[in-house]
Amino acid sequence: MIRTLPRSKAYSSGFKVFIGLYFAFLFAPLIVTMVLAFNDSMFPSLPWEGFTLDWFFGNGPRKYGIFNDRGNLRSIAMSFKVALAVTALSTVVGTFAAFLFEQEDFRFKGALYFLMIAPLVIPGVILGISILLFANSMGLLIERVFDVYVKVLGPGFWLVVTGQFSFITTIVALVVIARLRKFDRTLEEAAYNLGANRLQVLWYITLKYLRPAIFGGAAVAFLMSFENFNTTVFLVGSQATLPINLYLQVRDGSTPVINAISLLLIVGASVFAVLNLSSKRERN
Amino acid sequence: MTTNRKRRIKWGFVVFFTPVFLWLLLLIVLPQLELLRLSFVGTGGSGFTLRNYLAFFKEPIYWLTFVRTASYAILVTLIVIVVALPVSFYITKIARVRASGFLMVLLLVPFWVSELIRVYGWMILLRESGVINQLLVRIGLFRQPVEMLYNDVTMIMGLVYTSMLFMVIPVIGVMEGLDDALIEAAYDLGAKKLAIWRTIIIPYCMPGIISGSIIVFMLVLGSYLTPNLMGGKNSLWFTEQIYNQIIIYFNWNQGAAFGFLLLALSSLIIWAVLRLTGQSLKKVIK
Repeated sequence: MIRTLPRSKAYSSGFKVFIGLYFAFLFAPLIVTMVLAFNDSMFPSLPWEGFTLDWFFGNGPRKYGIFNDRGNLRSIAMSFKVALAVTALSTVVGTFAAFLFEQEDFRFKGALYFLMIAPLVIPGVILGISILLFANSMGLLIERVFDVYVKVLGPGFWLVVTGQFSFITTIVALVVIARLRKFDRTLEEAAYNLGANRLQVLWYITLKYLRPAIFGGAAVAFLMSFENFNTTVFLVGSQATLPINLYLQVRDGSTPVINAISLLLIVGASVFAVLNLSSKRERN
Repeated sequence: MTTNRKRRIKWGFVVFFTPVFLWLLLLIVLPQLELLRLSFVGTGGSGFTLRNYLAFFKEPIYWLTFVRTASYAILVTLIVIVVALPVSFYITKIARVRASGFLMVLLLVPFWVSELIRVYGWMILLRESGVINQLLVRIGLFRQPVEMLYNDVTMIMGLVYTSMLFMVIPVIGVMEGLDDALIEAAYDLGAKKLAIWRTIIIPYCMPGIISGSIIVFMLVLGSYLTPNLMGGKNSLWFTEQIYNQIIIYFNWNQGAAFGFLLLALSSLIIWAVLRLTGQSLKKVIK
């Protein structure tokens, strides 16, 4: 049944086949997507027409590779900008939230904590529309009262950042809280006794200890922002982020240039996953 | 000294509290309240009305889609549990220790790849001109290609695929703590595999199964890409109704009502599951 117990041959090999199939199921779509990025064909499908790098470097007239594809490059740049802004904001506020819930005591702490984890169980679509509607109502109200049009409250860069920030901060906070919980507070006491002030203690002791968790949380925030679709789709203005742009191309059909983009993203995500895991292992 | 210290802590409290409070107030609480308010307002911006909710009950397409989405989300969650348990069991209890670490890494990689790309991979595999069709025709198993996308079975498979890992990870987390001696003891006393699963493994893993179920259910219910791209025009997923109302018909009030119904449904089911199993949300989420 388990490692230490005798197992029948049929049981062991049956289980092995099951796991093999499961991993095939897990990786088949990713591998096929990556392989077809090198197919010298106008369509992302078989038959295999020969190996090419045109979907990366091609510069017309028939094949435009990703590095010469203006539309997709612009959406990648947009996604990078959004992800950087979201990462910066959510890492700071998420860390603040971790300190608030781990080191401070106040009334209604339980209720506020509940509110903080709520974004994880609210579907992303709802976060998107509620922020869209709320920002719109705010914009109308400000326009009526002060007679100024606030562009930031309309769909566009800042609304996307706000929408993604609203739930990604929770994830950063949970990552940092998990590490802060293991922090030995006598270290802070010792620093106080040696004459450090609150800021010094925070900077030299607590934040130093939290650094791996903060970086880990920031990396997760970046990736989640970069890949988000459900919330973002309601908040984008005229300039689409990469997932929105890719969605339109996948839906309407496109050349294997999306396979090339996918390959880059899959490789990026894999490198990230391995780094994340190995840094976790180091910490333990 | 003590008063001085106290003042310092108060100051810290304000710094930590303000941004967190503003975040939750401005981006979570007030938008949800605004969603609720707008769902009771007519399209012309007139006063209080129940029309948006009445439309939901009057038009069978709306509430049928709603019921369909909810039942499929439950079905997907159950399938995911059934697949995740043996996978987690193999990785934590059967595979050699060295291999199990490697399998864990393998398991996590697709988790970081965006849903869109994973769905796109399935589209390349399954569509009429897709890889699987081409292979099967070449082998001679199919005389002509068959459209395997755009039906409910494929859509459910896609949803299982995209949400799978959110079950496997918490279940593995719990299963690692299961003492092998319990299983050995049951085995020595003559328990059959089924009995061991039913009386030891599954009850022990229940916390992991519950937190996985909540996340999987919520993700599937709120999923847009997978039903839209793999289920095609007939997928009839409730998030698509919301999307259509907001983006295509520009009827925000109707969209707000639908959004609120979806929120109410997901909260209700999550609450019921927590209640039935005696868990708290705080414990379930890490």
